[in-house]
Amino acid sequence: MLLLQGIAWIFSPANWASVSSGLGIGGEIVAHLLLTLESLLVAVVIAVPLGLAIGHTGRGRNVAILAGNVVRAFPTLGLLSILLIALTANLLTPIAVFALLGIPPLLAGAYAGLESVDRQTVDAARAVGMTEWQILTKVELPLAAPLLLGGLRSSTLQIIATVSLVSEFGFDSVGQFIINGAATQDYVQMIGGSIIVTALALLADAILATVQRLTVPRGVPRGVGGRSTARGRRILTAPSGAPISEGN
Amino acid sequence: MDWVWSHLGDIGDMTFDHIELSVPPIVIGFLVSIPIGYWASRSPVARSVLLTIGNILYTIPALALVVLVPVLLGLSLLNPLNVIAALTLYALAIMVRSAADAFASVSTDVRQSATAQGYSAAQRFLRVELPLAGPVLLAGIRVVSVSTISLVTIGALVGIPSLGSFFTDAFQRDFFLEALVGFVLVLLLAAVFDVVLSLIGAALMPWNRGSRLSAASARVLSQPQPNTAAVR
Repeated sequence: MLLLQGIAWIFSPANWASVSSGLGIGGEIVAHLLLTLESLLVAVVIAVPLGLAIGHTGRGRNVAILAGNVVRAFPTLGLLSILLIALTANLLTPIAVFALLGIPPLLAGAYAGLESVDRQTVDAARAVGMTEWQILTKVELPLAAPLLLGGLRSSTLQIIATVSLVSEFGFDSVGQFIINGAATQDYVQMIGGSIIVTALALLADAILATVQRLTVPRGVPRGVGGRSTARGRRILTAPSGAPISEGN
Repeated sequence: MDWVWSHLGDIGDMTFDHIELSVPPIVIGFLVSIPIGYWASRSPVARSVLLTIGNILYTIPALALVVLVPVLLGLSLLNPLNVIAALTLYALAIMVRSAADAFASVSTDVRQSATAQGYSAAQRFLRVELPLAGPVLLAGIRVVSVSTISLVTIGALVGIPSLGSFFTDAFQRDFFLEALVGFVLVLLLAAVFDVVLSLIGAALMPWNRGSRLSAASARVLSQPQPNTAAVR
């Protein structure tokens, strides 16, 4: 059976040394994870401050939602192809594309996180004499952390799952096995690669889900269906754990 | 632009292939999600189990799913049905949640009034619950439509032709225009599908026309759905 052959392919030591005179399984996994981390880092640096600013001021939220919906319509394969032809064909271009994909969920997580903080709690913090900076770092961010991490989780999944596409354009990632296999009709290699990339995505999701759960501050209920805020918005959890804010 | 004029036939064929691969997942995803979503809205246990399955499905990268589906179904790897089956699974992962939210948004008072007036369970479903859930269902299927059209392009990586074939071909020939044409057509197709779905919605739900989105529909539309944001 092909599926078993695919699993056997993954556990064959020769394939960890090298596959089709390219990198082996370990090498491609490292390249895949590095590319994921680099893209994620760029996305975080751009999206988190921006999202916190939107959440804190309440301005720009609709623009952020609209931009997120437009990005959703972009075929990543097309963006990669266009930009790699038009710009330099080094790894910076895919990093920019993947960072772009990772931005909307992070942005939404950041602003929804801040919005989820009860205004009375913030006022109380101010009343006991906290400075604005202390309010942000000691009250708002800890309370927003679970939703912020929900955004990080969605963003990470999005990127780790999409990174495989770079191998069509000659860069290393676990997708290399799928592209290679398709070119040489080596189905077993394709299946092996698919299993690895699926395992990476599921593993990353499981790790981040655990981290997300651990960041809920003590004393804050882990509501299953969301909880109410002073503004009457219910904060819910999206398919992959991303926060969604009702209304608007 | 000469390339466009001399390749109008190819462009038409690829667009047609793309539509052929996009429509079944959207339609099947919608139809199948209605009974499942209804069930999920009635039973908290079913909801939690079904949505968890959906989340796991959603986590599997599309490229991997396109390769693994034929292995599990015993199809050839070059069969276009693989793309359709894989994208139907994604459509379900998104749409079951939307449908569950849609039916949950129908107020209990309204359901009980219908029952009190003598509606049978089937009549109540068809004449009361389904119409009231309509706007949220529409919002959900629009999300599914955009993501499906975008995801179809990855079939090109395993040799299943669609507008995505222009992306891979353009890169191999270092030909910018071809990639651009493919990109614009994918966005155009997504826009056309979206307009068509809105028109169908307006025709079926005349009471909903021009009204502001309900909180629940707005939520479905505004939810950051990272994995559908792009082709994986």
